Amino acid sequence: MAQEVTVGVGGAAGDGIDKTGDTFARAYARLGLHMYAYNSYQSVIRGGHIWLRIRAAEEKVYSPGDQLNAMIALNQDTIDQHAAEVNEHGVIIYNGDKLHVDESVFKPGVRAVPIPIKDLMKTVADRYGVRLDTVMQNTVLLGALIWLLQLDLETLNKMYEEIFARKGQAVISQNVDLALAGYEYAKANHPAMDYRWTYSRKSRPVLTGNETIGIGALMAGCRFYSAYPMTPASSLLHFMASHAAEYGVCVKQAEDELAVVNMAIGAGHVGVRAMCGTSGGGYALMTEAIGMAGMAEVPVVILEVQRGGPSTGLPTKTEQGDLNQVFGASQGEYPRMIVAPADLVDTYNTTVEAFQMAEKYQLPVTIISDLLLSEHNETADPEAFDFNVTIDRGELAEPNENGNGEYKRYLVTESGISPRSLPGDAGNMFVGASDEHDERSILISDVYTDPLMRIKMMQKRMRKLEGLLRNLPAPTLHGPADADITFISWGSTQGVIWDAIALLAQEGIKTNNLQIKYLVPFHTDEVATILNSCKLKVLVEQNFTGQLGRHIRAETGISPDATILKYDGEPMEPLYIVNHVKEILNGTSRNGR
Amino acid sequence: MAQVETVAEPRVELPVELFKGMVEPDWCPGCGDFGVLRALQGATAKLGIQPKDVLVVSGIGCSSNLPGFFNAYGFHSIHGRAIAVATGAALGNHGLHVVVTGGDGDGYGIGVGHFIHAMRRNLNLTYLVMDNQIYGLTTGQASPTTEIGHKTKSTPNGNIEMPLNPLALALVSGATFVARAFSGEAKHMTDVIAQAIQHKGFSLVDVFSPCVTYNKINSYAWFKERVYKLEEGEYEKTDFHGALQKAYEWGAQIPLGVVYQIDRPTYEDGDLALKQGPLAKLPLGLTAEQGAELIREFM
Repeated sequence: MAQEVTVGVGGAAGDGIDKTGDTFARAYARLGLHMYAYNSYQSVIRGGHIWLRIRAAEEKVYSPGDQLNAMIALNQDTIDQHAAEVNEHGVIIYNGDKLHVDESVFKPGVRAVPIPIKDLMKTVADRYGVRLDTVMQNTVLLGALIWLLQLDLETLNKMYEEIFARKGQAVISQNVDLALAGYEYAKANHPAMDYRWTYSRKSRPVLTGNETIGIGALMAGCRFYSAYPMTPASSLLHFMASHAAEYGVCVKQAEDELAVVNMAIGAGHVGVRAMCGTSGGGYALMTEAIGMAGMAEVPVVILEVQRGGPSTGLPTKTEQGDLNQVFGASQGEYPRMIVAPADLVDTYNTTVEAFQMAEKYQLPVTIISDLLLSEHNETADPEAFDFNVTIDRGELAEPNENGNGEYKRYLVTESGISPRSLPGDAGNMFVGASDEHDERSILISDVYTDPLMRIKMMQKRMRKLEGLLRNLPAPTLHGPADADITFISWGSTQGVIWDAIALLAQEGIKTNNLQIKYLVPFHTDEVATILNSCKLKVLVEQNFTGQLGRHIRAETGISPDATILKYDGEPMEPLYIVNHVKEILNGTSRNGR
Repeated sequence: MAQVETVAEPRVELPVELFKGMVEPDWCPGCGDFGVLRALQGATAKLGIQPKDVLVVSGIGCSSNLPGFFNAYGFHSIHGRAIAVATGAALGNHGLHVVVTGGDGDGYGIGVGHFIHAMRRNLNLTYLVMDNQIYGLTTGQASPTTEIGHKTKSTPNGNIEMPLNPLALALVSGATFVARAFSGEAKHMTDVIAQAIQHKGFSLVDVFSPCVTYNKINSYAWFKERVYKLEEGEYEKTDFHGALQKAYEWGAQIPLGVVYQIDRPTYEDGDLALKQGPLAKLPLGLTAEQGAELIREFM
């Protein structure tokens, strides 16, 4: 059986948990272990409770999992809150000088591993004649963890060489020595856990969804990114800002999300591939302008990273509660694309595709992600990213030196696509219009009201969706076609469902998954055909009302037979699904009621 | 290293008719906005800027219909967002002359946040506000510049809110060109707008553009009795505190002309991404090697 371990690192904000977790994940991803890390954090800069769980496995895993085998506690709060969760024969590693454990709450075989941080750090500090920051205790504790998990210490040392390369050999050596001190102390005092790792040595990157979205944007030729800081979209702003000068991207932090989206539309109007990003609250402010992009036929990509709502809601927690908002964005009806990626590679592909489709069909594309997908760290196979991107700008009008005012920006065509002209092009001047207009973009909204033209233009715009839908692959079932249960899902829940499918299979329950990626336009016929062939249809969503279920019902008339919903802000774990499936099968499920 | 493409130097004067749009304005007869349209056409003609190199962006309101009456590229956007759209356009192609047109409701009311931030950024935009101190398109409600006591449809007992001072707001927000014009002074206004377009950085021209239908107080006659021109040589337009004083001159004597103008680096000057030239003209996408390099950052 493939080895896997889940490590929890807990402490207060400011304790350096992110860096410790990142160092661990990246180090052992290089040896070929798959990683999936999720950080439960709070919207505070210092203090609060942070709980990072890293799952490391020899085979690919798709969710944070259900286990907790080892814990590094950086404060008492972590021990008090999580000690009882550590699995049988697990370990709890902590600063023995300051923290204490109550073994009565431990599961059988769980061991306390107190580390004499003060003495160990003093020895290293004296060796270099320096004072060491207390946050460096993390390195000592990590060293102890490496021993207990029987991982390779040399790999960690190499990580420190790279991380601190700019800070000089002394800092590298101090970190290496601190890790070694923790490792040796644990080795001398605590037997290792029962792990024997086989390293494939295939090196993989450890990334977040926002980072893969950023890479996708750069690959697709994004040259304008605007945003207002908002969790959990801000890390994309940081990624884009840190790559802006090198890749020639204008990254604009704006005064509010009204400005954010309108700036992106302005950039799109002059022919720049433009994107903006926000969470649900910011998207709410953007909606009027998104309708304008639909009306004026301006390509723009909007990222909506959901967090718990409504209102300020759960700012640092995950949820899939904004689907209705995205569907309902803007007054009136207009062509748009709404797409929900499921995992890291999918966020990359989706982002590239979003830019292509936005320009090809001249419409706003909303990519809807969530905190879990956008912020969790995971390994991905580097070759899974297709970097051979051929830019397709869609139909462009030829500049016309002797423009005679005959250019029709909104020319009625069979496809609904009218060749664009870009400001600066000779001869093809036009005024992009948020009012209803005719083919030459002359307003017909007020004094020149023309119902026939209105119908013509509405049909022209909406016709674009037919071509767009033909460009998008229809969903298919993942897992055995003859399954007894089909999980219906969208976005990040695909991962935990796939882990649950594997667990259920071990118990002889055959399940599969219908993941809906393209929400608008919708593959109505294909989805209906698949659902009609399914036995028990179980809707899985991270929200209260089952918003995808409502959408599917609206599009196909088909309702799920049961629901597995969750809205506490924490990601679903595989057993949550497994246990609900059992309840559904024996008729005791109350979920979603 | 490639030079930042700056606003083109004045060329041969062009015929004003070149800037005449396909549609005749549908403003009320006598509306001040006719004068602004003619002045903007006169200014671009005088400066010799080709219509293809001009982008006129507006929001919503009577005056925001202007781009449709002007032959150039344009974008008639939504209420209050003209500056934001124009910002994206100007950053996307800083080779264009971006002119924003709108009214006091659009710019000083619903869009005032964008107005302030555009000035602090010193974006290379020209903003013409046709200030008629009333909401015209919605048939006569109080606007942010309506005077105290003015009876409108939404203030039947008289306006009780202090009017916003656009020039003072522009000055304290960091605008580098602040001017005022009057639709009753066509030649002067054309000259002020031409200066505004030539200015490198954010330029505001607040234009008294009387609404003959819904504002019976601030009429052509009312302004004609009060306005006077700041004369070159007699007025020091680089003095911030002097300018602030002029901005507060209201009542019997109201100044017209360039109240303030200084040089300050523009946003476009400072953004490293714009150094290679207008973004809209640059090649798109990266090579597979660059993609692999991005992934390696995370290994």
